[in-house]
Amino acid sequence: MILNIVVITFMLMGLFFYVGGTVGILRLPDFYTRLHAAGKLDTLGALAMLFGLALFNLHEFNIDTLQVALKIMLAVAFVFIASPTATHAITDAGLVGGLPPWRKHARAGLFSPAAYREPKKRKER
Amino acid sequence: MDTFLLYSGLALVLIMILSMYRGIVGPTVLDRIISVNAVGSKTVVLLIIIGFLYGRVDMFVDIALAYAMLNFVAVLAAAKYFYKRRGLHEEPGQGARLTDLPEREEENA
Repeated sequence: MILNIVVITFMLMGLFFYVGGTVGILRLPDFYTRLHAAGKLDTLGALAMLFGLALFNLHEFNIDTLQVALKIMLAVAFVFIASPTATHAITDAGLVGGLPPWRKHARAGLFSPAAYREPKKRKER
Repeated sequence: MDTFLLYSGLALVLIMILSMYRGIVGPTVLDRIISVNAVGSKTVVLLIIIGFLYGRVDMFVDIALAYAMLNFVAVLAAAKYFYKRRGLHEEPGQGARLTDLPEREEENA
């Protein structure tokens, strides 16, 4: 009974963080901010939901359910390694590809990545 | 408890449909990659919930792990591809800033 309450609490927390990440993906103004919301909140959502599911799996404790619970925690560890790496790779692709970051008061066409890198060019010459 | 798992799975499916919006109407290609990544990381949880609902968790955990690795490799490959050339992620008609950007050779010179 107590285990069920703990599991439900963990899964509702994970669902809350997933909803937050989805709202961030839908409503934030820029590619980089959307990616930030998605990467951060998806990781914690996966942690909470998978931890709750692993606890629920240990209802009848024997060696098989322990193995399955360890595999679920292995999935958590993999998500914790893979999700920041993927986020970093996509952000790097956006920066190198010249996608301008969002600014609050910038007019369209004012910002270009070439202007962003101009001081570095002057220093080289 | 099965009912709770069923409804949390349904909520996950609803969240995945909502985040597919960014994949359909996203302004750039990279937004679509974000959407695919988010849907993939929710699918791992959804697969384990489906395993509990069918009573075959030991099988579905392996499927979820394989799916997580496949999603990771797909996102890394797509990011590597769009890393190649400046402005490759622009979609024709939407951004149309491809001609405004300088070539990469000028920058390095």
